[in-house]
Amino acid sequence: MTWEVVIGLETHVQLTTASKIFSGASTAFGAAPNTQATMVDLALPGSLPVMNKGAAERAVKFGLAIGAKVNQRSIFARKNYFYPDLPKGYQISQFETPIVEGGSLTITLDDGTEKIVELTRAHLEEDAGKSVHEQFDHETGVDLNRAGTPLLEIVTEPVMRSSKEAVAYAKALHGLVRYLDICDGNMQEGSFRCDANVSVRPVGQKEFGTRREIKNLNSFKFMQQAIDFEVRWQIEQIEDGKKIVQATVLFNPETGETKAMRSKEDAMDYRYFPDPDLPPLVITDEMFARIKASMPELPEAKCARFMSQYGLPKYDARLLTQDGATSAYFETATQAGADAKLAANWTIGEVNATLNRDEKTIEQSPVAASQLADLIKRISDGTISNKIAKTVFETLWSGDGASVDAVIEAKGLKQISDVGAIEKIVDEVLAKSPAQIADYKSGKEKALMSIVGMVMKASAGKANPAQVNEIVKRKIS
Amino acid sequence: MSLTATDIERIAHLARIRVTPDEVVQVQAKLDGIFKLIDEMQAVNTQGVQPMSHGLDMVLRLRDDVATAANERDKFQKNAPQSAEGYFLVPKVIE
Repeated sequence: MTWEVVIGLETHVQLTTASKIFSGASTAFGAAPNTQATMVDLALPGSLPVMNKGAAERAVKFGLAIGAKVNQRSIFARKNYFYPDLPKGYQISQFETPIVEGGSLTITLDDGTEKIVELTRAHLEEDAGKSVHEQFDHETGVDLNRAGTPLLEIVTEPVMRSSKEAVAYAKALHGLVRYLDICDGNMQEGSFRCDANVSVRPVGQKEFGTRREIKNLNSFKFMQQAIDFEVRWQIEQIEDGKKIVQATVLFNPETGETKAMRSKEDAMDYRYFPDPDLPPLVITDEMFARIKASMPELPEAKCARFMSQYGLPKYDARLLTQDGATSAYFETATQAGADAKLAANWTIGEVNATLNRDEKTIEQSPVAASQLADLIKRISDGTISNKIAKTVFETLWSGDGASVDAVIEAKGLKQISDVGAIEKIVDEVLAKSPAQIADYKSGKEKALMSIVGMVMKASAGKANPAQVNEIVKRKIS
Repeated sequence: MSLTATDIERIAHLARIRVTPDEVVQVQAKLDGIFKLIDEMQAVNTQGVQPMSHGLDMVLRLRDDVATAANERDKFQKNAPQSAEGYFLVPKVIE
């Protein structure tokens, strides 16, 4: 039987506010335990929540960016459950009327195809505190610094059909929230956490299979591994004649397996009801218009502009505009005089690959956009070939050179364009290659390539390939 | 709609309120009374009336996003049954 995978994602995005959603405590990461927790965060009797305008603004920004319906009147509800890191006994969230409904995100898959991922909703809520189980022998420690940190929970429809699509969506969303500057995107610190709802069904079946929810995926790599394992596991269960039971599972990166957490039948009943402490959240027309006016150019619009302004193919434009930092890098290089197509190739290709290799973000790139521009200018004016440029790039990357020209100079990489000099090398090579010359004369075109290759090698890659080609042809025809 | 003793026990458990078998009977009667009131309200014609999520006809006040709170941990932890190394301590929770 052939199986179809069905995935929906819920992402908790921590908003970049300075203070908590309902209290004046700081949200800065890494403070000593409980030094950023007020009486509201501790749920002391008589304390009341006061809503943070900045959190509401960021949620609206997100809604506008994904073309969603922004509810200018939304409602906070209490989600009731008991856990020591939730001192109130409920989490303030949104249930029936979230601030953002609908909308969509376009993702690009590895093969260049695009897919639209529809979103169900995005709602505002507060984070819980942190429990520490290992530090004390007989007790659990509770740190409430994180309690009350504003989150936007973003929920998709069950529209993804593979772990690759899920990862592509998560990456696109990660890029977008950073682009909008509503989340710092730091996955190690838990600013961007995904839960994946996964089920399988025979191809052609309309009804969904029973889903299991993989909690707290905090890296794209783990997301792919966890979903792949979960899918294989579910298919095996069904093919063995067993039933999938709805459950919450955790992924263990050490074993690469997903495992069901203790089943909590009662815990599913959160008994949501509107929070009497919080009247409806209203985004006034004035506030809505102000946020709309402050929106940055969105990836979709920027992609279209890159295509028309720089004459880039859609594939390049799409990859360059997935996050703000990458598009800024490209535009800085272009504005510094680099050829746009070459700048696009280098940004998507060499720069991106080297960043991945060294696990760096583009903001941390050792080769600045202006240096890339200098490098591309030297390719364009014929000083160096594209291949030599890669050597120069590596040298700059590892910090062994002050500037593009200094590296070219110091390493003697300057392309030889002097006809006399190239002719001299060609003559030397031809003198040693009577067989190839004979082959070429008897009609074997490949022999020409082999001679050109030898000349390039003899010049240590510094000869201009186009010129070499022309000179060799002239000399042996 | 009327509630069974099992419903009462479940609701009590969800709210972490201990209810003795004797109390279940009393609570059941009281909650049933509340449900009767709800039934009466259900009968009111509310067509064309915008649902309210809050008892007061007001909107949420918004404050500017500024971290204003001081660190009052020591004061707060004097009120806690147990604390150490800055943490509030609770009986071990094993997940």
